[in-house]
Amino acid sequence: MFLPENYRKIATDGIWNNNIVFGQNLALCPLLAVTGTATNGLGMGLATLVVITASNALISITRNLIPSQIRIPIFVLLIAALVTLVDILMNAWAHELYKVLGLFIALIVTNCALLGRAEAFASKQPVKEALWDGIMMGIGFLLVLVALGAAREISSTGTLFANASLLLGESFRFLEVTVIPNYQGFLLMALPPGGFIMLAFLIVGKRLIDQKLAYNHTHAGGKAMPEAIIDKETPAPISTISIAD
Amino acid sequence: MGLRALPYATYADIGFIAALERQPSIRKQAMKHHIPIDHLKALGAHYWGCLQRWLEPGNLANLRPKLEFQTGILAGFALLASVLLGVTNCSTESTIQQRLAEDLQNSLAEVIPAGLHDNDMLQDFRTIPSANYNIGAEETVVYLAKKSGIVTAVCFKFTAPDGYSGAINMIMGIDRDGNILGVRVLSHKETPGLGDKIEVTKSNWILNFVGRSLDNLTPAQWAVKKDGGEFDQFAGATITPRKSVQAIHRGLQLFKEHQAELINP
Repeated sequence: MFLPENYRKIATDGIWNNNIVFGQNLALCPLLAVTGTATNGLGMGLATLVVITASNALISITRNLIPSQIRIPIFVLLIAALVTLVDILMNAWAHELYKVLGLFIALIVTNCALLGRAEAFASKQPVKEALWDGIMMGIGFLLVLVALGAAREISSTGTLFANASLLLGESFRFLEVTVIPNYQGFLLMALPPGGFIMLAFLIVGKRLIDQKLAYNHTHAGGKAMPEAIIDKETPAPISTISIAD
Repeated sequence: MGLRALPYATYADIGFIAALERQPSIRKQAMKHHIPIDHLKALGAHYWGCLQRWLEPGNLANLRPKLEFQTGILAGFALLASVLLGVTNCSTESTIQQRLAEDLQNSLAEVIPAGLHDNDMLQDFRTIPSANYNIGAEETVVYLAKKSGIVTAVCFKFTAPDGYSGAINMIMGIDRDGNILGVRVLSHKETPGLGDKIEVTKSNWILNFVGRSLDNLTPAQWAVKKDGGEFDQFAGATITPRKSVQAIHRGLQLFKEHQAELINP
């Protein structure tokens, strides 16, 4: 691989092992609020990706100035200022995009994943690593948002990436697909409870894959595994779970 | 905190002359050149060096536990953030106003055909009281479309304050006889995939209002079909279209009350 070891670890942590949603169980509030459709998930993911990268970089640059006793108010101040700045600048200079994404930008302030990364990573690491961590965490979050949005959208309305052309421009109209024609609709999945239910399925899926990987790792070249062995031999792959938000 | 926390930078308080006198290196340079710009350059380099020394991790590690440093840092960050936001806000305010005006212009163009007016509608408006009509505002700004000085149509924003999950903001164009030229939803929080069919980009339901008026529909017909009226509801969402229809009806009544003064200004 072309990346140094620590960068590769940051990447796998951000996208899979310590994913904001799957690994840290953070950011559930914005996650469930906007993932009614895949397009909304994508919009929120892009906005968060930009802000978390910028906030990680900013906090890493100033980390030596920030005493640990007052770090939380300073992080909150920096993140809130950054979000407001992006909000104002986008409104003025990228107004068309703002009309679609504006709703999501303001929601990012409530995203405790940013504070989490500032506290757990950016405040202890050099700028380059913090920047990379922001990008990877952002991409990991974006992927979950799109996956959850897509799953909910397909099950609730039978379409995928509806109105993507409003977000990304006319050239992305090909993304808009009707997966199930003449679908009657399943309202529950579009509402918040549907978000919780679908998220649970996604987390189960992620853990099953982790178990399979761990099993294959310990039984290199092993055959298909009996169910009972999975439970006994491989501990839950996620060691630290913190419920916050 | 001053002197102890910032052993070098505090020379700024004492002023240029004092700093020159205290620093032999600078005094020597100043003596040599006698040109003010070089004095300033030397001084700048000196303070830059001080700042770099102050920012060294070792120095900052010593400062961080000190209460006065913490107070100063928090205040500094707050000051920096507010200055940054203040400057950004001031410098973009006019641009944002302009963008919002363009948005309004575009919305007006959606509901008033271009052929109906030759004036700048943004500059030509009346404000009428609308508190009795429950359309979200005490006063409503009505934009007038004029052709050769005669009012051909009016246009105003209004709100259905009681949508399924919050207010539904709309804009409506009405010709001088009270027929609807067009209605559009500007913003809403209705359920995606169900209630959002009131948007013209998602369904053409809202186009059914074109040509309707208080004259060609009875008050009972100004309702969704489920309530015995003329307009379709959506599968799985009745409240959104019901409240939209009612608000549009109230908007027409508001126009009727002020029709005379609006079309003959």
